[in-house]
Amino acid sequence: MFGLEITPVIAAITVSHYLIVGAILFVIGAVCMATKRNALGILMGIELVLNGANINFIAFGSPYLRDDNLGLDGQLISLFVIVLAAAEAAVALAIALNFYNNHNTIDIDRADELKG
Amino acid sequence: MGILAAVNRVYWHEFFFMLFAGISVVFAVCVLLTQNIVRMAFYLVLSLGSTAGLFFLAGAEFVGAMQLMIYVGGTLVLLIFGVMLTAQQRYVKMNTHPTDWVLATIVGGSLLVLLIGAAAGVDSWKDASASKKALAELDVDDARTATPLGLALTGVRVDKLDSDDPALANGQSGYLLPFIIVSVHLLVVLIGAAYMARTKRSATAPVGRAERARLNIMQMEHETDDVVYSASKQSSSSLLDSDQSQAEESTDEAQE
Repeated sequence: MFGLEITPVIAAITVSHYLIVGAILFVIGAVCMATKRNALGILMGIELVLNGANINFIAFGSPYLRDDNLGLDGQLISLFVIVLAAAEAAVALAIALNFYNNHNTIDIDRADELKG
Repeated sequence: MGILAAVNRVYWHEFFFMLFAGISVVFAVCVLLTQNIVRMAFYLVLSLGSTAGLFFLAGAEFVGAMQLMIYVGGTLVLLIFGVMLTAQQRYVKMNTHPTDWVLATIVGGSLLVLLIGAAAGVDSWKDASASKKALAELDVDDARTATPLGLALTGVRVDKLDSDDPALANGQSGYLLPFIIVSVHLLVVLIGAAYMARTKRSATAPVGRAERARLNIMQMEHETDDVVYSASKQSSSSLLDSDQSQAEESTDEAQE
């Protein structure tokens, strides 16, 4: 009974459902990058954005969701994205700690020495 | 048998998709809305962890495991260490300016409408036949992706051997060069991060902490010397002696 009721809403999970979840995570990450004043909060927004992109790659590569899928290419690219995100986080964290040591603040609005 | 039939009628795929997607999106919104950096880190762990559940659900179990190991186990632990090193009293909560919220909501909302419209607008992306077919004839052996992924990283594509394209059928669509580039990139980045994050007080501050402590001790000794010396000076009646002492004091001040 309950299953029959929810059937019209989510008849079967398709690529579109994954893409919508990825889009929501992407937008939340972008807004997070724009609004957070803490440098580490901006890093967390970047992680969310990369995850939203990864969900798209996985969805297009999944044999369970599409007949003409990307195959393993989607999963390989998402692996590269994960590794590059780890590298990016390491460097950005080092920069943030350096900034914190030199300026005694983690507020990104105080990093205005270049007056850009 | 009755229980088994009832369980089979529950839409497990849909149920777990909604569960993981809901946890992921809800905690991502929590990351956005909370102003506390420590809570942001915790919500991000939950959001990315349930994203790994979505990867498992889409048949990418190796990528899902890597998501849990590298992202949640490595990158986020690194971020949490950064939070611990910098989260002093006034930096735990940092409020965003209201105009920033308004601008970000306008831009983000329009971007969200655009992306969801694009995601829901293509008919072949809404085709559920492949999903139903996969659920009907699900084979566990097809779901093993770790070995083909590892071979693809070494340059051999065992999954493309029966491809129509002759270039792909030879297994020549491997990822050996990107793998090497990413490896060297990761090595360089980690060395650079360790170089940048090290403590270099002698380079940044004009006087290091040890040097400053030594100077403080020297200054204290000098002041006590002065007290003893002025006491002895008062007792002495020789002008020459006091002149000499003033000269010594002036040279000391110059040295200081």
